[in-house]
Amino acid sequence: MNVNFKTLMEREERFSGGHRMCAGCGAPVAVRAIMRAVDPEDRAVVGCATGCLEVSSFTYPYSAWTDSFIHSAFENAAATISGVEAAYESLRRQGKVSGARKFITFGGDGGSYDIGLQSLSGAMERGHDMLYVCYDNGAYMNTGIQRSSGTPRYADTTTSPAGKVIPGKKQNRKDLTQIMAAHNIPYAAQTTLTANFKDLHEKAHRALGMKGAAFINVLSPCPRGWRYEAKNLMQICKLAVDTCIWPMYEVIEGDWILSYEPKNKLPVEDYLRSQGRFKHLFTSGNEGLVESIQKQVDRDWDLLLKRCKY
Amino acid sequence: MNRKSCLSGNEAVAYAMKQINPDVVPAFPITPSTEIPMKFSSYVADGLVDTEFVAVESEHSAMSACIGSQAAGARTMSATSANGLALMWEMLYIASSFRLPIILCCVNRALSGPININNDHGDSMGARDAGWIQIYSENNQEAYDNLIQAVRIGEHSEVQLPVMVCQDGFITSHAVENIELLDDMTVKDFVGTYRPVNSLLGNESIAMGPYESADFYIEHKRQQAEAIINAVQVVAEIGTLYAELTGRPYGLIEKVSMDDADYALVVIGSTAGTSRAAIRILRAEGIKVGMIKIRVYRPFPEAEVAAALEGVTAAAVLDKAEGLSGTGGPLYADVCTTLHRHRNNLFTRNFVYGLGGRDVKVSDIIYVFREIARESADPGNMQRMIPYRYLGVRENTHPGEQT
Repeated sequence: MNVNFKTLMEREERFSGGHRMCAGCGAPVAVRAIMRAVDPEDRAVVGCATGCLEVSSFTYPYSAWTDSFIHSAFENAAATISGVEAAYESLRRQGKVSGARKFITFGGDGGSYDIGLQSLSGAMERGHDMLYVCYDNGAYMNTGIQRSSGTPRYADTTTSPAGKVIPGKKQNRKDLTQIMAAHNIPYAAQTTLTANFKDLHEKAHRALGMKGAAFINVLSPCPRGWRYEAKNLMQICKLAVDTCIWPMYEVIEGDWILSYEPKNKLPVEDYLRSQGRFKHLFTSGNEGLVESIQKQVDRDWDLLLKRCKY
Repeated sequence: MNRKSCLSGNEAVAYAMKQINPDVVPAFPITPSTEIPMKFSSYVADGLVDTEFVAVESEHSAMSACIGSQAAGARTMSATSANGLALMWEMLYIASSFRLPIILCCVNRALSGPININNDHGDSMGARDAGWIQIYSENNQEAYDNLIQAVRIGEHSEVQLPVMVCQDGFITSHAVENIELLDDMTVKDFVGTYRPVNSLLGNESIAMGPYESADFYIEHKRQQAEAIINAVQVVAEIGTLYAELTGRPYGLIEKVSMDDADYALVVIGSTAGTSRAAIRILRAEGIKVGMIKIRVYRPFPEAEVAAALEGVTAAAVLDKAEGLSGTGGPLYADVCTTLHRHRNNLFTRNFVYGLGGRDVKVSDIIYVFREIARESADPGNMQRMIPYRYLGVRENTHPGEQT
């Protein structure tokens, strides 16, 4: 697909400005890009889990969404939109609604990896014609930076604080994208914000074009939780893919395809040093932690390459 | 043409659902309501309904999918019991705050713990403040009739609220009774076409489920309260229309032998049937006893209950739920509120009974009548405060009372 960023940016926004998300937050950037991938002639119904995105984009009586939108609770965004999709199927079959609809749901890592995992798994297994997008910022940011199962190892959060004897979160993050791929759904992918949004746009467009359940995990940095300056958002995303901490790939009908392989794989230290949440890894007494993260990332990257038939 | 049949309560409800032909049914199995989605999914598999059946992975997702579906303009129904209803809790409140006329068939079962699959009202009584209309059924015929009326009540323009249609697990859900069924066309005409006020699939985009600050939340809740108050009138209207169709009248309450009653029972659900037999026996002895059956518990029919208790010497309120408030069951609390506002000097006693499926016999009801007759005859007893007591329990103590 030929992606012309300039032409795409001329499309009418489906997620409008004026919402209350922070400057330098990856989530609204990801949402705009996903919504931009909906063909202008198509209509969408958007679902959203409770979280930063929901409370900041739909505070009564204001809404940033131009398509129909529903939020009901935290752990059930996938189930809620699956009900909308079932209603559409029934009413369309009965001739009570006409025209195509795209069903898109957004949830953070808390709403997707943790409390909403069951609901997400159920909706994917049932094969509703929907796209679930996880904007993964690696913690419960809306409630004040608490650790989730998406939080990376050793990150400093308010419930996995880096203390005198415990250096942040002790556990590895859960790999939700692979869990979703294991549902044998038609489409699962992982991406983030890249310079021209080509990867995110293409994946969203492909996912929306497929019949059945699709999942995209978008690494969406959080300036408050990760402790970086707003202007560094895109740089951090780039470091995430160039260090292979967040590889970009897709699984189409069971085929694993690597979307990007860095020409020069950077050490994880470059990514970790860019964020305040990993600051303690570079203090005395915590030697060896960066190395252990590097080992884990290398192992995961090799496994992914094998899966992608390298 | 109406026709006679013989169905269990679950079969009757599933059959009513088939005739209503909802657009979407999301459901999850739980005893004793499981037969409803089982039976209904066979109607779907045989192409007898237009429904999209969504076999969700939990009751929380069942109610979440109901919300999404009804918000998308689809007439939506589900069924559950006990812990399933408890797992829906969060979403029950959200469904009513969205003003979505979802219909939920609740087959009442004791709530864990301890785990128990048999009947009491602990599940739906816990949901009494969730903003749903609650209708209780005495028998299979009522379960069938109530479900059909629930569609009109919930979808009424002055109401727009979800409706829970309850029946007693196993006692009516699994017991087969004679029943009169309406023909499909009559039901179709009675429920009519669902015309949602708003829809996610409508021509205009809408947004549902905002964050509401202190500037708006309280007004939102007051409007919900207005809707449920409106339901009092609407339930009566729909009951009258249904009676024209069937000859079976339905109001907020049913009064049995209350015209000249000295001693009254206030009761919910299938125990009303047992009480009818007790009333016949005591009336034959010349004791003037009667019964107020609460059909609609939410909104609470305060005016009707107060009027029905006029002139009564003593009343016993039977609660098939232990509210663990320390002051009696939930129905008793509502009856006391009613009496406080309308008539403060009535002798009342509260009996908690039938928990976890403990059998309730005609002799138990006769005992209740005799107890309130005996106690109210002694003026000293009027002031004797017994918070409440248990019926048919194999222990001697009553809560709050020393042996």
